[in-house]
Amino acid sequence: MGGLGLLPVLNLVALGFFDVRWAEGQSTWSFVGTTHYAALTRDPLFGAAILNTVVFALGAVTGQMILGFALALLCSKATRGRVFWRAVFVLPVLIPGIVIGAMWKLLLNPEFGALAQLFELAGLTPVDWLGEPSTALFAVIMVDVWHWTPFCFLLFLAGLESLPRDVYEAATVDGASAWQELTRITLPLMWPTIAVTFVFRLVLAFKVFDEVYLLTGGGPGTATEVVSFTIYQRFFTEDRAGYGAAMAVAVIFLIFLMLAAAAAARRRVQA
Amino acid sequence: MRRWRHESGLQLALLLGGLLIAAPFAWVVAAGFRTQISLLMGEVWFTPTLSAFEEVLFSKTSDFLLNVRNSTLIGLASTAIALAAATFGAWSLHRMRWPRWWVHALLLWALVLQMIPPVALAGGWFVMARAVGLDNTLMGLILAHATLNLPMALWMMGVFVRDVPQELVEAARLDGASTPTLLWRVVLPLVAPGLAAAGVLCFVFSWNEFAAALNLSMRQTATVPVAIAKFAQDFEIRYVQMAAAASLSAVPALLLLLVAQRWIVKGLTLGAVK
Repeated sequence: MGGLGLLPVLNLVALGFFDVRWAEGQSTWSFVGTTHYAALTRDPLFGAAILNTVVFALGAVTGQMILGFALALLCSKATRGRVFWRAVFVLPVLIPGIVIGAMWKLLLNPEFGALAQLFELAGLTPVDWLGEPSTALFAVIMVDVWHWTPFCFLLFLAGLESLPRDVYEAATVDGASAWQELTRITLPLMWPTIAVTFVFRLVLAFKVFDEVYLLTGGGPGTATEVVSFTIYQRFFTEDRAGYGAAMAVAVIFLIFLMLAAAAAARRRVQA
Repeated sequence: MRRWRHESGLQLALLLGGLLIAAPFAWVVAAGFRTQISLLMGEVWFTPTLSAFEEVLFSKTSDFLLNVRNSTLIGLASTAIALAAATFGAWSLHRMRWPRWWVHALLLWALVLQMIPPVALAGGWFVMARAVGLDNTLMGLILAHATLNLPMALWMMGVFVRDVPQELVEAARLDGASTPTLLWRVVLPLVAPGLAAAGVLCFVFSWNEFAAALNLSMRQTATVPVAIAKFAQDFEIRYVQMAAAASLSAVPALLLLLVAQRWIVKGLTLGAVK
């Protein structure tokens, strides 16, 4: 099993130094050295994909964290129906990403989608959210926020429910306001859960593929081109396995750098 | 009085959140009961028809039932493999005396594997599967999904395996239990809740997985997500069929939510609280 994980990565690293041609079911590998990597640094599409992915991941995850925390705070304060609400809010997490993409492709359709209908009711001109370069990335971010806010909600609710009760009782006795309770007690105690959720979601957001594949296919232009999609196109639609592999290796390396930076930052904060 | 108003305010806010989640689902399910013309005209009132669902399930051009069969087989088999590998792996990593650096290296590798976009791995798998004749087979996808889910399963089983009391293990050893007996009779019952939680999530994630399935399957081995993408990309986009297929493919998630909500929530929140 470890081999199934390790081998494709080694294979990718090797592929990155070759040009691969398929002919009659046979592959011919020709060594090209670091040509692919040199080309990568000059590829405007790859640059756009990295930038879009960073904007997407930070935007979507920030939105999910804030909304998820607010919802969890509300739910933890409610005395009734907690189990019911939790069941409702878990649902989007379990739905296939491609189905979420299909759903929102319908909902955001400028001619008959639910949002267009609402806009018409309000007397506004419907917007082609996914078709306009200026709004497409924003629309994809919003869909991801809808998809994954419930996940953050779940983690935060579990965290909030495990906080010690007596601290809050003491705060109430001391006459702390709700705001003080939130900023002085809840947030500091929840910090580890918040950090874990943030890193976890960020890593997943960098892998985004399914929703983009259906919603926009990277377009219009390069407005929603994300790294997973760029790799997919080089590898499978353009049949440039070597270049696609080099791209994948570069992305894995970048993710590694990012995590190392996060770990270093954490050590500095703790010291 | 003030307390009551406080509670109703909370419930109102939660209701709003619930509506934001439920309304899009309701709209799409309703779209599945329309005709293409009714949807395109934006009719508010329409006569529900089952034609889109019938076409998705039974028409000659749709393989949806085959896709469901593929997804189910791949989901069950890859979950079984991932669970078995994760349980033995977690036991070995946490309970046998490996050098510390080796354990850390393996756990770090599991973490790295979790971060790599599946599309990037799919490229490597595609080349490998072609080399050994596993391309366009269910087995290729079963192995791919088992690998994708293994880090999560290993992590979850690790949490449960570490909670197995050392005294119980030693007592069983003193009674002369061999390692297989020990694992089967003592450890397995204790980690059963972990297996349930990890198993449900492995199955759901395999059922949902798209990137690897898209690239490692052809028509006969396509899974449900691949079929949905095809509805959305056909030359003439079949909107109502797409809505119907999307609604149908959410059914397993709904069923699991009703039956196994406890395990799902437990599994999803394990990492954050422990």
